[in-house]
Amino acid sequence: MKTIIDNYIRKEMFPNIWCPGCGNGIVLGAIIRAIDELKWDKNEIVAVSGIGCSSRITGYVDFCTMNTTHGRALPFATGIKMANPDLKVIVVMGDGDCSAIGGNHFIHAARRNIDLTAIIINNMIYGMTGGQYSPLTPTGKFGSTAPYGNIDQSFDLAKLATAAGASYVARGTVYNVRQSTSLIKKALDKKGFSVVEIISDCPVSYGKMNKMKSPVDMLKWIKDITVSKKIWEGLSSDEKKGKYMVGEFLSKDRPDYTELYEEIIKKAQATGGNK
Amino acid sequence: MNNLKKKKNIKLLQGNEACAEGALLAGVRFFAGYPITPSSEIAENMARKLPKIGGKFMQMEDEIASMAAVIGASIAGLKSLTATSGPGMCLKQENLGFAIINEIPCVVVNAQRGGPSTGLPTKPSQGDMMQARWGTHGDHPIIALAPSTVNEILTLTIKAFNFSEKYRTPVILLLDEVIAHMREKVEIPAPEDIEVINRKKPTVPPEEYLPFKPDEDGVPPMANFGEGYRYHITGLVHDYKGLPTSNSQEIDAFIRRLHNKIEKSIKDIIIIERYLLDDAKIALIAYGSVARAAERTVKLAREEGLKVGLLKLLTIWPFCSEEVNKLAQQVDLIIVPEMNLGQMVLEVERASRGKCRVVPYGRVDGELINPIEILGKIQEEI
Repeated sequence: MKTIIDNYIRKEMFPNIWCPGCGNGIVLGAIIRAIDELKWDKNEIVAVSGIGCSSRITGYVDFCTMNTTHGRALPFATGIKMANPDLKVIVVMGDGDCSAIGGNHFIHAARRNIDLTAIIINNMIYGMTGGQYSPLTPTGKFGSTAPYGNIDQSFDLAKLATAAGASYVARGTVYNVRQSTSLIKKALDKKGFSVVEIISDCPVSYGKMNKMKSPVDMLKWIKDITVSKKIWEGLSSDEKKGKYMVGEFLSKDRPDYTELYEEIIKKAQATGGNK
Repeated sequence: MNNLKKKKNIKLLQGNEACAEGALLAGVRFFAGYPITPSSEIAENMARKLPKIGGKFMQMEDEIASMAAVIGASIAGLKSLTATSGPGMCLKQENLGFAIINEIPCVVVNAQRGGPSTGLPTKPSQGDMMQARWGTHGDHPIIALAPSTVNEILTLTIKAFNFSEKYRTPVILLLDEVIAHMREKVEIPAPEDIEVINRKKPTVPPEEYLPFKPDEDGVPPMANFGEGYRYHITGLVHDYKGLPTSNSQEIDAFIRRLHNKIEKSIKDIIIIERYLLDDAKIALIAYGSVARAAERTVKLAREEGLKVGLLKLLTIWPFCSEEVNKLAQQVDLIIVPEMNLGQMVLEVERASRGKCRVVPYGRVDGELINPIEILGKIQEEI
């Protein structure tokens, strides 16, 4: 039976490289369903990724796709979008990819409010390289490079993106796929820099080192640590510790960078001369 | 006569301005960069001029992002340029490799200053010649051009774009602080007098398009993103479809093709100038601002009856090994003046294969090499 998914994937790339129980496939499905609901033309979509397990998503989808260098997906995407603002540019990153090596690019893409949709698959670990802790690993959790527990404080990507100037910020999970699909759809449809963080699971690295050996254990854990906006607002600061709010954080209208640059072109052409 | 005079568009330009002019004549429509001495005037010129012709300028958050944005814009169809100097060139190396493996046309200017590290921001150097060749990791080819006058900066910038489009490769334009900041008379050619090369486009429908299958010249036709050809680009070694491969035969053929597409066109790519070499017994080999001094040295030496000539390199990578080998069979001595302690001289030694004596002359105090000191070196060696 042919499904929606079949219309959007490169079949010759399957089976995928992901481990059994990995959340990346769930996010891939959510992205495809969101695009299908928007009825976008595949020829107008560009998907750009960095390096890591999640970044392999771009190889599996039948758009113009680009698997770039570690942390650099956003500036590559920025060049594409500037060159051809009619293209719909989606950027898929992992948590280490986006918030460590790509952290500077992330805040500047948000600051410019360039019309890209950034989807960050946050499994709280570097999965591909074997489970090293990332800037999104919660304090106290274990990684292969945090054998005695992680003392780092983790980033809150949603707050970071909001403070830096993004137009749309949301967080979903691989546990609640319907909500994630709907958040991704809104982000795709939003003009300006849109950010959706999807909390995901890496049972073979994060789970194994943090006493959640099965994918089901991990999904249950994701369910336990996430709360809706409504519940979140009623929690005390102590109760909020170790929990993540999911849902929409921000949706505002602000001119995107490509529109602002069109104004620059008009200004430059109006002044004439070659100075 | 009057008519001829009228036609000429002569301007007094700074080297960096000439680079911007050349880029515009070559069809540049996107620039991404980050401020750095001594290349910033290229960015400033681009910021002013690109929007006037509907192009785009971006000042990025760093040099890494600049290189990435340039590659992205090129894939989406715009001829793209970035400009920097040593410290920035170091940061561009990662994505330069991405452009090489994915055969993305773009031009990267490095206005060389003294190094290592912050080094000498406002003084010239030729310390980055080997970095231009081997800076990004992995076994890869590169094209690097090195003008020695402001006029040559303009013409070689156009060449750099043409080579990048023709061979689908990033091209490095190596300037140095002196020629980047110097002002000279430049003849701006009329657009109709310039050869502008654009990337080959696929002639097959999208369902038959193999984005990395080469034509006979070793260069695959390039569809820009958004033109209806959906395909994958990856920094992983890839097959004809652009999908990652671990097949050793495919890997071998791919890496060899990247090299061969440049190697087989070496006659087109290598640009050199021979100055009074026909009867020479002593040859100077130089590029960039040092070549200017070397040319003067040749005149001074000839006045003293010394048979000295100059081989001036405008293309420094790929290196003109064949020409140097021939020269080594003709002359008794080759002197290689350069603003480093021996980079090009290694290539000259390799290419001359012991057929003549090869002597380095290096200067690394941030000052230009002058004609008199090269002459002194000649007299010391004979």
